[in-house]
Amino acid sequence: MKILVAVKRVIDYNVQIRVKEDGSGVVTDNVKMSTNPPDDNAIEEAVKIKEAGKAKEIVAITIGEEKAQETVRKALAVGADRGIHVKVDNVIEPLAVSKILKKIVEKENPDLVFMGKQAIDDDCNQTGQMLAALLNWPQATFASKIEVKDNVLEVTREIDEGLETIEVNVPAIVTCDLRLNEPRYASLPNIMKAKKKPIEQINASDLGVDINPRIEQIKVEEPPKRKAGIKVASVEELVQKLKNEAKVI
Amino acid sequence: MSVLLIAEHNNKEVRPFTYNAITAASQINEDLHVLVLGHQADDVTKSLSEVPNVKKVIHVDNEIYENYIAENYTSAIIKHAENYSHIVSSANTFGKNLMPRIAALLDTSQVSDIIKVISEDTFLRPIYAGNAFATVKSNDKKKCVTIRPTSFDPADKSGGSAEIIKSDPAEASSSTKFLKKEEVKSDRPELGTARIVISGGRGMQNGENFKLISDIADKLNAAIGASRAAVDAGYITNDHQVGQTGKVVVPDLYIAVGISGAIQHLAGMKESKVIVAINKDGEAPIFSVADYGLEADLFEALPQFLSELNKLNTIQK
Repeated sequence: MKILVAVKRVIDYNVQIRVKEDGSGVVTDNVKMSTNPPDDNAIEEAVKIKEAGKAKEIVAITIGEEKAQETVRKALAVGADRGIHVKVDNVIEPLAVSKILKKIVEKENPDLVFMGKQAIDDDCNQTGQMLAALLNWPQATFASKIEVKDNVLEVTREIDEGLETIEVNVPAIVTCDLRLNEPRYASLPNIMKAKKKPIEQINASDLGVDINPRIEQIKVEEPPKRKAGIKVASVEELVQKLKNEAKVI
Repeated sequence: MSVLLIAEHNNKEVRPFTYNAITAASQINEDLHVLVLGHQADDVTKSLSEVPNVKKVIHVDNEIYENYIAENYTSAIIKHAENYSHIVSSANTFGKNLMPRIAALLDTSQVSDIIKVISEDTFLRPIYAGNAFATVKSNDKKKCVTIRPTSFDPADKSGGSAEIIKSDPAEASSSTKFLKKEEVKSDRPELGTARIVISGGRGMQNGENFKLISDIADKLNAAIGASRAAVDAGYITNDHQVGQTGKVVVPDLYIAVGISGAIQHLAGMKESKVIVAINKDGEAPIFSVADYGLEADLFEALPQFLSELNKLNTIQK
Protein backbone atom coordinates (compact mmCIF):
# COMPACT_ATOMS: atom_id res chain seq x y z
CA MET A 1 0.00 0.00 0.00
CA LYS A 2 1.11 3.55 -0.68
CA ILE A 3 0.09 6.44 1.55
CA LEU A 4 0.13 10.10 0.57
CA VAL A 5 0.15 12.47 3.54
CA ALA A 6 -0.63 16.16 3.13
CA VAL A 7 0.98 18.60 5.57
CA LYS A 8 0.56 22.35 5.96
CA ARG A 9 2.87 25.00 7.38
CA VAL A 10 1.00 27.25 9.82
CA ILE A 11 1.74 29.72 12.60
CA ASP A 12 2.84 27.65 15.59
CA TYR A 13 -0.03 26.73 17.91
CA ASN A 14 1.61 28.46 20.87
CA VAL A 15 1.97 31.85 19.21
CA GLN A 16 -0.34 34.63 20.34
CA ILE A 17 -1.87 35.89 17.09
CA ARG A 18 -1.61 39.61 16.28
CA VAL A 19 -3.94 41.25 13.78
CA LYS A 20 -2.35 43.72 11.33
CA GLU A 21 -3.36 47.31 11.89
CA ASP A 22 -4.51 47.78 8.30
CA GLY A 23 -6.98 44.88 8.68
CA SER A 24 -5.39 42.89 5.86
CA GLY A 25 -4.61 39.80 7.90
CA VAL A 26 -2.50 38.61 10.79
CA VAL A 27 1.19 39.25 11.39
CA THR A 28 3.32 36.41 10.03
CA ASP A 29 6.73 38.14 9.76
CA ASN A 30 9.22 36.82 12.31
CA VAL A 31 6.58 34.53 13.76
CA LYS A 32 7.38 30.92 14.61
CA MET A 33 5.91 28.52 12.06
CA SER A 34 5.43 24.77 12.35
CA THR A 35 3.47 21.85 10.96
CA ASN A 36 -0.28 22.02 11.50
CA PRO A 37 -0.68 19.84 14.64
CA PRO A 38 -3.13 17.17 13.36
CA ASP A 39 -0.98 16.81 10.21
CA ASP A 40 1.72 15.47 12.55
CA ASN A 41 -0.79 12.83 13.64
CA ALA A 42 -1.43 11.99 9.97
CA ILE A 43 2.28 11.41 9.34
CA GLU A 44 2.66 9.41 12.54
CA GLU A 45 -0.22 7.12 11.62
CA ALA A 46 1.20 6.50 8.15
CA VAL A 47 4.59 5.65 9.66
CA LYS A 48 2.97 3.25 12.15
CA ILE A 49 1.09 1.49 9.34
CA LYS A 50 4.36 1.16 7.41
CA GLU A 51 6.16 -0.15 10.47
CA ALA A 52 3.41 -2.76 10.87
CA GLY A 53 4.27 -3.96 7.36
CA LYS A 54 1.01 -2.80 5.85
CA ALA A 55 2.38 0.01 3.71
CA LYS A 56 5.37 0.12 1.40
CA GLU A 57 5.81 3.81 0.74
CA ILE A 58 4.88 7.12 2.36
CA VAL A 59 4.93 10.29 0.31
CA ALA A 60 4.60 13.62 2.12
CA ILE A 61 3.23 16.57 0.21
CA THR A 62 2.87 20.24 1.02
CA ILE A 63 1.51 23.15 -0.94
CA GLY A 64 2.87 26.59 -0.19
CA GLU A 65 5.70 29.07 -0.49
CA GLU A 66 9.38 28.10 -0.54
CA LYS A 67 9.63 27.64 3.23
CA ALA A 68 6.67 25.25 3.33
CA GLN A 69 9.27 22.61 2.41
CA GLU A 70 10.30 22.57 6.07
CA THR A 71 7.12 20.65 6.89
CA VAL A 72 7.93 18.01 4.28
CA ARG A 73 11.48 17.78 5.60
CA LYS A 74 10.09 17.18 9.09
CA ALA A 75 7.79 14.44 7.75
CA LEU A 76 10.81 12.81 6.06
CA ALA A 77 12.66 12.91 9.37
CA VAL A 78 9.95 10.93 11.15
CA GLY A 79 9.60 8.31 8.45
CA ALA A 80 8.15 9.49 5.14
CA ASP A 81 10.16 8.15 2.18
CA ARG A 82 10.05 11.08 -0.19
CA GLY A 83 8.45 14.46 -0.54
CA ILE A 84 6.58 16.66 -2.97
CA HIS A 85 6.42 20.44 -2.71
CA VAL A 86 3.86 22.20 -4.87
CA LYS A 87 4.84 25.84 -5.01
CA VAL A 88 2.26 28.59 -4.80
CA ASP A 89 3.00 32.24 -4.05
CA ASN A 90 -0.19 33.22 -2.30
CA VAL A 91 -2.48 31.66 0.25
CA ILE A 92 -4.97 29.47 -1.59
CA GLU A 93 -8.38 28.20 -0.53
CA PRO A 94 -9.14 24.58 0.45
CA LEU A 95 -11.00 24.04 -2.84
CA ALA A 96 -7.83 24.98 -4.76
CA VAL A 97 -5.71 22.81 -2.45
CA SER A 98 -7.95 19.83 -3.08
CA LYS A 99 -7.77 20.38 -6.85
CA ILE A 100 -3.97 20.36 -6.68
CA LEU A 101 -4.01 17.26 -4.47
CA LYS A 102 -6.31 15.52 -6.95
CA LYS A 103 -3.74 16.07 -9.71
CA ILE A 104 -1.00 14.65 -7.51
CA VAL A 105 -3.16 11.66 -6.53
CA GLU A 106 -3.78 10.91 -10.21
CA LYS A 107 -0.03 10.95 -10.81
CA GLU A 108 1.04 9.05 -7.67
CA ASN A 109 -1.86 6.59 -7.35
CA PRO A 110 -1.77 6.21 -3.56
CA ASP A 111 -4.15 3.82 -1.82
CA LEU A 112 -4.72 6.19 1.07
CA VAL A 113 -4.49 9.92 1.57
CA PHE A 114 -4.09 11.16 5.16
CA MET A 115 -4.16 14.71 6.48
CA GLY A 116 -5.14 16.65 9.59
CA LYS A 117 -8.83 17.26 10.08
CA GLN A 118 -8.45 21.02 10.22
CA ALA A 119 -5.74 23.62 9.79
CA ILE A 120 -5.38 25.78 12.87
CA ASP A 121 -4.88 28.97 10.85
CA ASP A 122 -8.00 29.31 8.69
CA ASP A 123 -9.95 26.71 10.76
CA CYS A 124 -11.80 25.69 7.57
CA ASN A 125 -11.99 21.90 8.00
CA GLN A 126 -12.65 21.28 4.29
CA THR A 127 -9.72 19.92 2.30
CA GLY A 128 -9.99 16.18 2.99
CA GLN A 129 -13.72 16.05 2.34
CA MET A 130 -13.31 18.11 -0.84
CA LEU A 131 -10.55 15.87 -2.15
CA ALA A 132 -12.68 12.80 -1.42
CA ALA A 133 -15.54 14.36 -3.39
CA LEU A 134 -13.37 15.29 -6.38
CA LEU A 135 -11.89 11.78 -6.53
CA ASN A 136 -15.23 10.14 -5.72
CA TRP A 137 -13.49 8.27 -2.89
CA PRO A 138 -14.98 7.48 0.51
CA GLN A 139 -14.04 9.76 3.40
CA ALA A 140 -13.37 8.98 7.04
CA THR A 141 -13.09 12.29 8.85
CA PHE A 142 -11.99 13.16 12.42
CA ALA A 143 -10.36 9.74 12.87
CA SER A 144 -9.22 8.76 16.36
CA LYS A 145 -8.51 5.11 15.48
CA ILE A 146 -7.65 3.40 12.21
CA GLU A 147 -7.50 -0.33 11.61
CA VAL A 148 -6.12 -1.49 8.29
CA LYS A 149 -7.75 -4.68 7.05
CA ASP A 150 -7.67 -6.25 3.61
CA ASN A 151 -8.57 -3.40 1.29
CA VAL A 152 -10.80 -1.81 3.87
CA LEU A 153 -10.19 0.53 6.76
CA GLU A 154 -12.17 0.48 9.95
CA VAL A 155 -12.14 4.00 11.29
CA THR A 156 -13.42 5.34 14.60
CA ARG A 157 -14.55 8.94 14.23
CA GLU A 158 -14.89 11.59 16.91
CA ILE A 159 -18.37 13.08 16.62
CA ASP A 160 -20.43 15.40 18.81
CA GLU A 161 -22.42 12.57 20.37
CA GLY A 162 -19.38 10.38 21.10
CA LEU A 163 -17.73 7.94 18.74
CA GLU A 164 -18.80 6.42 15.44
CA THR A 165 -17.18 3.54 13.59
CA ILE A 166 -17.37 3.22 9.83
CA GLU A 167 -15.76 0.97 7.25
CA VAL A 168 -14.41 2.47 4.05
CA ASN A 169 -13.05 0.72 0.99
CA VAL A 170 -9.55 1.55 -0.18
CA PRO A 171 -8.72 3.93 -1.85
CA ALA A 172 -9.91 6.36 0.80
CA ILE A 173 -9.26 9.73 2.41
CA VAL A 174 -8.77 9.92 6.16
CA THR A 175 -8.64 13.17 8.14
CA CYS A 176 -6.96 12.80 11.49
CA ASP A 177 -7.91 13.96 14.96
CA LEU A 178 -5.29 14.91 17.55
CA ARG A 179 -6.24 11.85 19.58
CA LEU A 180 -5.32 9.40 16.81
CA ASN A 181 -1.81 8.87 18.19
CA GLU A 182 1.15 10.53 19.88
CA PRO A 183 3.44 11.97 17.19
CA ARG A 184 7.08 11.04 17.72
CA TYR A 185 10.01 13.40 17.67
CA ALA A 186 12.60 13.01 14.96
CA SER A 187 15.97 11.74 16.18
CA LEU A 188 19.09 13.64 15.16
CA PRO A 189 20.38 10.83 12.89
CA ASN A 190 17.00 10.68 11.19
CA ILE A 191 16.98 14.44 10.71
CA MET A 192 20.38 14.10 9.00
CA LYS A 193 19.16 11.21 6.85
CA ALA A 194 16.04 13.17 5.88
CA LYS A 195 18.25 15.81 4.30
CA LYS A 196 19.22 13.25 1.66
CA LYS A 197 15.68 12.14 0.89
CA PRO A 198 14.32 13.60 -2.35
CA ILE A 199 11.72 16.40 -2.49
CA GLU A 200 10.21 16.92 -5.92
CA GLN A 201 9.29 20.51 -6.68
CA ILE A 202 6.30 21.29 -8.85
CA ASN A 203 4.88 24.69 -9.76
CA ALA A 204 1.16 24.85 -9.14
CA SER A 205 0.82 26.82 -12.38
CA ASP A 206 2.08 23.76 -14.31
CA LEU A 207 -0.76 21.57 -13.04
CA GLY A 208 -3.48 23.27 -15.05
CA VAL A 209 -5.95 23.80 -12.24
CA ASP A 210 -7.87 26.94 -11.32
CA ILE A 211 -6.53 28.11 -7.98
CA ASN A 212 -7.84 31.67 -8.11
CA PRO A 213 -9.59 32.83 -4.94
CA ARG A 214 -13.37 32.72 -4.88
CA ILE A 215 -13.66 34.34 -1.49
CA GLU A 216 -12.64 37.94 -0.90
CA GLN A 217 -11.23 38.67 2.49
CA ILE A 218 -12.65 42.12 3.17
CA LYS A 219 -11.06 42.69 6.54
CA VAL A 220 -9.53 40.94 9.49
CA GLU A 221 -10.05 42.44 12.92
CA GLU A 222 -9.47 41.64 16.54
CA PRO A 223 -12.39 40.07 18.32
CA PRO A 224 -14.12 42.25 20.89
CA LYS A 225 -12.16 42.22 24.15
CA ARG A 226 -13.78 41.01 27.36
CA LYS A 227 -13.89 43.61 30.06
CA ALA A 228 -11.46 42.90 32.86
CA GLY A 229 -12.79 40.69 35.61
CA ILE A 230 -12.03 40.60 39.30
CA LYS A 231 -10.46 38.13 41.68
CA VAL A 232 -12.64 37.00 44.54
CA ALA A 233 -11.14 36.11 47.90
CA SER A 234 -13.33 33.17 48.84
CA VAL A 235 -15.86 30.65 47.60
CA GLU A 236 -18.50 32.43 49.65
CA GLU A 237 -17.82 35.71 47.87
CA LEU A 238 -17.89 33.92 44.50
CA VAL A 239 -21.32 32.43 45.14
CA GLN A 240 -22.67 35.79 46.37
CA LYS A 241 -21.36 37.54 43.22
CA LEU A 242 -22.87 34.91 40.94
CA LYS A 243 -26.19 35.15 42.74
CA ASN A 244 -26.52 38.89 43.31
CA GLU A 245 -24.25 40.65 40.81
CA ALA A 246 -24.13 38.42 37.72
CA LYS A 247 -27.53 36.89 38.57
CA VAL A 248 -26.72 33.63 36.79
CA ILE A 249 -27.52 31.14 39.55
CA MET B 1 -33.20 32.33 -4.96
CA SER B 2 -33.93 30.22 -1.91
CA VAL B 3 -31.78 28.70 0.80
CA LEU B 4 -31.60 24.96 1.42
CA LEU B 5 -30.77 23.85 4.95
CA ILE B 6 -29.70 20.28 5.64
CA ALA B 7 -31.40 19.03 8.81
CA GLU B 8 -29.53 17.04 11.41
CA HIS B 9 -31.69 14.49 13.21
CA ASN B 10 -31.77 10.92 14.50
CA ASN B 11 -34.93 9.90 12.57
CA LYS B 12 -37.03 10.62 15.67
CA GLU B 13 -36.00 14.10 16.76
CA VAL B 14 -34.45 17.16 15.21
CA ARG B 15 -30.99 17.70 16.67
CA PRO B 16 -31.06 21.04 18.54
CA PHE B 17 -28.43 22.91 16.52
CA THR B 18 -30.62 22.61 13.44
CA TYR B 19 -32.84 25.29 15.00
CA ASN B 20 -29.89 27.67 15.45
CA ALA B 21 -28.87 27.04 11.84
CA ILE B 22 -32.46 27.82 10.76
CA THR B 23 -32.18 31.26 12.36
CA ALA B 24 -28.96 32.03 10.48
CA ALA B 25 -30.26 30.56 7.20
CA SER B 26 -33.39 32.68 7.29
CA GLN B 27 -31.23 35.76 7.81
CA ILE B 28 -29.53 34.93 4.51
CA ASN B 29 -32.87 34.63 2.70
CA GLU B 30 -36.37 34.27 4.07
CA ASP B 31 -37.34 31.65 1.51
CA LEU B 32 -35.86 28.82 3.53
CA HIS B 33 -36.40 25.17 2.64
CA VAL B 34 -35.23 22.29 4.82
CA LEU B 35 -34.09 18.94 3.45
CA VAL B 36 -34.62 15.87 5.65
CA LEU B 37 -32.77 12.75 4.55
CA GLY B 38 -33.79 9.91 6.81
CA HIS B 39 -35.58 6.65 7.34
CA GLN B 40 -39.02 6.71 8.93
CA ALA B 41 -38.34 10.24 10.05
CA ASP B 42 -41.90 11.57 9.78
CA ASP B 43 -41.75 13.05 13.28
CA VAL B 44 -38.70 15.03 12.20
CA THR B 45 -40.36 16.46 9.09
CA LYS B 46 -43.49 17.29 11.08
CA SER B 47 -41.48 19.18 13.73
CA LEU B 48 -39.60 21.13 11.09
CA SER B 49 -42.79 22.02 9.21
CA GLU B 50 -44.03 23.71 12.38
CA VAL B 51 -41.05 26.08 12.55
CA PRO B 52 -42.37 29.48 11.39
CA ASN B 53 -39.10 30.35 9.59
CA VAL B 54 -39.33 27.25 7.39
CA LYS B 55 -41.24 27.68 4.11
CA LYS B 56 -40.98 24.14 2.78
CA VAL B 57 -39.75 20.75 3.98
CA ILE B 58 -38.40 18.25 1.48
CA HIS B 59 -38.49 14.72 2.79
CA VAL B 60 -36.47 11.89 1.29
CA ASP B 61 -37.23 8.59 3.00
CA ASN B 62 -35.01 5.61 2.38
CA GLU B 63 -33.14 3.09 4.48
CA ILE B 64 -29.84 4.30 3.01
CA TYR B 65 -30.37 7.45 5.11
CA GLU B 66 -31.03 5.63 8.37
CA ASN B 67 -27.48 6.35 9.46
CA TYR B 68 -25.77 9.52 8.43
CA ILE B 69 -23.19 8.80 5.75
CA ALA B 70 -21.77 11.89 4.05
CA GLU B 71 -21.40 10.12 0.70
CA ASN B 72 -25.09 9.15 0.60
CA TYR B 73 -26.27 12.52 1.83
CA THR B 74 -24.16 14.34 -0.76
CA SER B 75 -25.59 12.59 -3.81
CA ALA B 76 -29.12 13.41 -2.64
CA ILE B 77 -28.32 17.05 -1.85
CA ILE B 78 -26.61 17.61 -5.21
CA LYS B 79 -29.88 16.56 -6.93
CA HIS B 80 -31.67 19.46 -5.26
CA ALA B 81 -28.87 22.02 -5.33
CA GLU B 82 -29.70 23.63 -8.67
CA ASN B 83 -32.84 25.25 -7.25
CA TYR B 84 -30.97 27.06 -4.50
CA SER B 85 -28.53 29.94 -4.12
CA HIS B 86 -27.22 28.71 -0.76
CA ILE B 87 -26.75 25.30 0.83
CA VAL B 88 -26.30 25.57 4.60
CA SER B 89 -25.86 23.39 7.66
CA SER B 90 -24.60 23.73 11.20
CA ALA B 91 -20.82 23.77 11.73
CA ASN B 92 -20.73 20.84 14.14
CA THR B 93 -19.27 17.44 13.30
CA PHE B 94 -22.38 16.76 11.18
CA GLY B 95 -22.01 19.77 8.90
CA LYS B 96 -18.23 19.84 8.95
CA ASN B 97 -18.13 16.32 7.60
CA LEU B 98 -20.78 16.91 4.96
CA MET B 99 -20.65 20.41 3.50
CA PRO B 100 -17.16 20.39 1.90
CA ARG B 101 -18.09 17.26 -0.02
CA ILE B 102 -21.09 19.10 -1.46
CA ALA B 103 -19.15 22.30 -2.09
CA ALA B 104 -16.39 20.56 -4.04
CA LEU B 105 -18.91 18.89 -6.36
CA LEU B 106 -20.60 22.25 -6.95
CA ASP B 107 -17.16 23.84 -7.53
CA THR B 108 -17.82 26.27 -4.70
CA SER B 109 -15.38 27.59 -2.13
CA GLN B 110 -17.12 26.95 1.17
CA VAL B 111 -17.48 29.57 3.89
CA SER B 112 -17.04 27.66 7.17
CA ASP B 113 -18.32 28.39 10.64
CA ILE B 114 -19.93 31.81 10.22
CA ILE B 115 -20.87 33.77 13.34
CA LYS B 116 -22.77 36.59 11.60
CA VAL B 117 -24.69 37.10 8.38
CA ILE B 118 -23.76 40.52 6.97
CA SER B 119 -25.51 40.09 3.62
CA GLU B 120 -26.42 37.29 1.21
CA ASP B 121 -22.79 36.94 0.19
CA THR B 122 -20.81 38.43 3.10
CA PHE B 123 -20.22 36.77 6.45
CA LEU B 124 -18.16 37.11 9.61
CA ARG B 125 -16.14 34.09 10.70
CA PRO B 126 -13.50 33.44 13.35
CA ILE B 127 -10.01 32.34 12.29
CA TYR B 128 -6.93 31.35 14.32
CA ALA B 129 -9.01 29.79 17.10
CA GLY B 130 -11.14 32.93 17.37
CA ASN B 131 -8.15 35.22 17.88
CA ALA B 132 -9.16 37.12 14.75
CA PHE B 133 -12.47 37.71 12.98
CA ALA B 134 -12.51 37.78 9.18
CA THR B 135 -15.20 39.44 7.08
CA VAL B 136 -15.41 37.43 3.88
CA LYS B 137 -17.39 37.81 0.68
CA SER B 138 -18.14 34.76 -1.42
CA ASN B 139 -18.01 35.36 -5.17
CA ASP B 140 -19.25 31.91 -6.11
CA LYS B 141 -22.64 31.74 -7.82
CA LYS B 142 -23.82 29.04 -5.46
CA LYS B 143 -22.72 29.34 -1.85
CA CYS B 144 -22.04 26.62 0.68
CA VAL B 145 -22.05 27.91 4.23
CA THR B 146 -21.75 26.28 7.64
CA ILE B 147 -23.07 28.06 10.71
CA ARG B 148 -21.58 28.19 14.19
CA PRO B 149 -24.77 27.26 16.04
CA THR B 150 -23.96 28.94 19.34
CA SER B 151 -23.69 32.32 17.61
CA PHE B 152 -27.38 32.29 16.68
CA ASP B 153 -30.47 31.85 18.84
CA PRO B 154 -32.57 28.79 18.13
CA ALA B 155 -35.62 29.47 15.93
CA ASP B 156 -39.15 29.31 17.35
CA LYS B 157 -40.43 25.77 17.11
CA SER B 158 -44.15 26.23 16.73
CA GLY B 159 -46.73 28.26 14.87
CA GLY B 160 -45.70 27.44 11.33
CA SER B 161 -47.24 25.05 8.83
CA ALA B 162 -44.83 24.56 5.98
CA GLU B 163 -45.71 22.24 3.15
CA ILE B 164 -43.97 18.83 3.25
CA ILE B 165 -43.06 17.36 -0.10
CA LYS B 166 -41.63 13.91 -0.75
CA SER B 167 -38.66 13.39 -3.00
CA ASP B 168 -36.79 10.38 -4.35
CA PRO B 169 -33.51 9.08 -2.96
CA ALA B 170 -30.27 9.25 -4.90
CA GLU B 171 -27.80 6.42 -5.35
CA ALA B 172 -26.07 5.01 -2.29
CA SER B 173 -22.32 4.66 -1.94
CA SER B 174 -21.04 1.10 -1.84
CA SER B 175 -17.66 2.09 -0.42
CA THR B 176 -18.70 3.39 2.98
CA LYS B 177 -20.47 1.31 5.60
CA PHE B 178 -21.80 2.43 8.96
CA LEU B 179 -20.77 -0.01 11.69
CA LYS B 180 -21.72 1.48 15.04
CA LYS B 181 -22.20 4.58 17.14
CA GLU B 182 -21.17 4.78 20.78
CA GLU B 183 -23.33 7.50 22.17
CA VAL B 184 -22.82 8.65 25.72
CA LYS B 185 -26.27 8.88 27.29
CA SER B 186 -26.74 11.47 29.98
CA ASP B 187 -29.65 13.05 31.80
CA ARG B 188 -27.78 16.33 31.93
CA PRO B 189 -28.39 19.16 29.45
CA GLU B 190 -26.45 18.98 26.19
CA LEU B 191 -23.08 20.68 26.37
CA GLY B 192 -23.71 22.80 23.28
CA THR B 193 -26.98 24.27 24.50
CA ALA B 194 -26.72 24.19 28.32
CA ARG B 195 -27.30 27.42 30.26
CA ILE B 196 -24.49 26.55 32.66
CA VAL B 197 -21.33 24.59 31.89
CA ILE B 198 -18.76 23.44 34.44
CA SER B 199 -15.52 22.12 32.97
CA GLY B 200 -12.52 20.34 34.42
CA GLY B 201 -8.96 20.28 33.18
CA ARG B 202 -5.70 18.55 33.90
CA GLY B 203 -5.86 19.93 37.45
CA MET B 204 -8.57 17.36 38.21
CA GLN B 205 -5.73 14.78 38.31
CA ASN B 206 -7.94 11.76 37.52
CA GLY B 207 -11.35 10.65 36.33
CA GLU B 208 -12.73 9.90 39.80
CA ASN B 209 -12.19 13.50 40.85
CA PHE B 210 -14.67 14.59 38.18
CA LYS B 211 -17.26 13.54 40.77
CA LEU B 212 -16.55 16.91 42.43
CA ILE B 213 -17.60 18.54 39.17
CA SER B 214 -20.62 16.33 38.54
CA ASP B 215 -21.99 17.00 42.04
CA ILE B 216 -22.02 20.71 41.28
CA ALA B 217 -23.38 20.08 37.77
CA ASP B 218 -26.30 18.19 39.35
CA LYS B 219 -26.98 21.06 41.71
CA LEU B 220 -26.89 23.70 38.96
CA ASN B 221 -28.43 21.55 36.21
CA ALA B 222 -25.24 22.21 34.27
CA ALA B 223 -23.52 20.34 31.45
CA ILE B 224 -20.02 19.00 32.03
CA GLY B 225 -17.15 20.10 29.85
CA ALA B 226 -13.44 19.36 29.78
CA SER B 227 -10.19 20.62 28.33
CA ARG B 228 -8.37 18.56 25.74
CA ALA B 229 -5.73 17.71 28.32
CA ALA B 230 -8.38 16.08 30.54
CA VAL B 231 -9.85 14.10 27.64
CA ASP B 232 -6.41 13.02 26.38
CA ALA B 233 -5.52 11.87 29.89
CA GLY B 234 -8.61 9.68 29.88
CA TYR B 235 -10.40 11.47 32.74
CA ILE B 236 -13.56 11.89 30.64
CA THR B 237 -14.90 10.99 27.17
CA ASN B 238 -14.28 13.05 24.03
CA ASP B 239 -17.85 14.31 23.69
CA HIS B 240 -17.13 16.67 26.62
CA GLN B 241 -14.23 18.49 25.00
CA VAL B 242 -14.54 22.25 24.71
CA GLY B 243 -12.15 24.10 22.42
CA GLN B 244 -10.89 24.88 18.93
CA THR B 245 -11.23 21.30 17.76
CA GLY B 246 -13.93 20.28 20.23
CA LYS B 247 -17.20 22.02 20.98
CA VAL B 248 -17.83 25.73 21.12
CA VAL B 249 -20.08 26.70 24.01
CA VAL B 250 -21.68 30.03 24.87
CA PRO B 251 -23.52 29.44 28.16
CA ASP B 252 -24.74 32.12 30.56
CA LEU B 253 -22.21 30.78 33.06
CA TYR B 254 -19.00 28.88 32.34
CA ILE B 255 -17.01 27.57 35.29
CA ALA B 256 -13.45 26.48 34.44
CA VAL B 257 -11.88 24.33 37.13
CA GLY B 258 -8.23 23.34 37.04
CA ILE B 259 -7.95 24.55 33.45
CA SER B 260 -4.93 26.72 32.65
CA GLY B 261 -6.57 28.32 29.62
CA ALA B 262 -4.58 27.42 26.51
CA ILE B 263 -5.55 29.44 23.39
CA GLN B 264 -7.21 26.31 22.02
CA HIS B 265 -9.49 25.96 25.06
CA LEU B 266 -10.34 29.67 25.19
CA ALA B 267 -11.48 29.38 21.56
CA GLY B 268 -14.31 27.15 22.72
CA MET B 269 -15.65 29.16 25.65
CA LYS B 270 -14.55 32.78 25.74
CA GLU B 271 -17.83 34.09 24.32
CA SER B 272 -19.66 32.77 27.40
CA LYS B 273 -21.62 35.49 29.18
CA VAL B 274 -20.07 35.03 32.63
CA ILE B 275 -16.83 33.12 33.14
CA VAL B 276 -15.56 31.80 36.46
CA ALA B 277 -12.05 30.40 36.82
CA ILE B 278 -10.91 28.31 39.77
CA ASN B 279 -7.20 27.60 39.63
CA LYS B 280 -4.39 27.48 42.15
CA ASP B 281 -1.96 29.15 39.72
CA GLY B 282 -2.73 32.86 39.92
CA GLU B 283 -0.81 33.45 36.68
CA ALA B 284 -2.88 30.97 34.64
CA PRO B 285 -4.10 32.54 31.35
CA ILE B 286 -7.68 31.48 32.15
CA PHE B 287 -7.86 34.40 34.61
CA SER B 288 -7.42 36.86 31.72
CA VAL B 289 -10.89 35.98 30.40
CA ALA B 290 -12.58 35.31 33.75
CA ASP B 291 -15.17 37.70 35.17
CA TYR B 292 -14.64 36.10 38.56
CA GLY B 293 -11.35 34.44 39.37
CA LEU B 294 -10.74 32.37 42.46
CA GLU B 295 -7.14 31.48 43.17
CA ALA B 296 -7.56 28.33 45.23
CA ASP B 297 -6.94 24.62 45.43
CA LEU B 298 -9.86 23.08 43.60
CA PHE B 299 -10.00 20.12 46.00
CA GLU B 300 -10.89 22.55 48.78
CA ALA B 301 -12.87 25.02 46.67
CA LEU B 302 -15.26 22.59 44.97
CA PRO B 303 -16.70 21.00 48.14
CA GLN B 304 -17.06 24.51 49.61
CA PHE B 305 -18.74 25.67 46.41
CA LEU B 306 -21.26 22.84 46.69
CA SER B 307 -21.99 23.59 50.32
CA GLU B 308 -22.46 27.33 49.58
CA LEU B 309 -24.86 26.40 46.78
CA ASN B 310 -26.75 24.15 49.18
CA LYS B 311 -27.21 27.13 51.49
CA LEU B 312 -29.03 29.14 48.80
CA ASN B 313 -32.81 29.18 49.03
CA THR B 314 -33.30 29.20 45.30
CA ILE B 315 -31.15 28.32 42.33
CA GLN B 316 -32.06 29.24 38.77
CA LYS B 317 -32.35 26.13 36.67
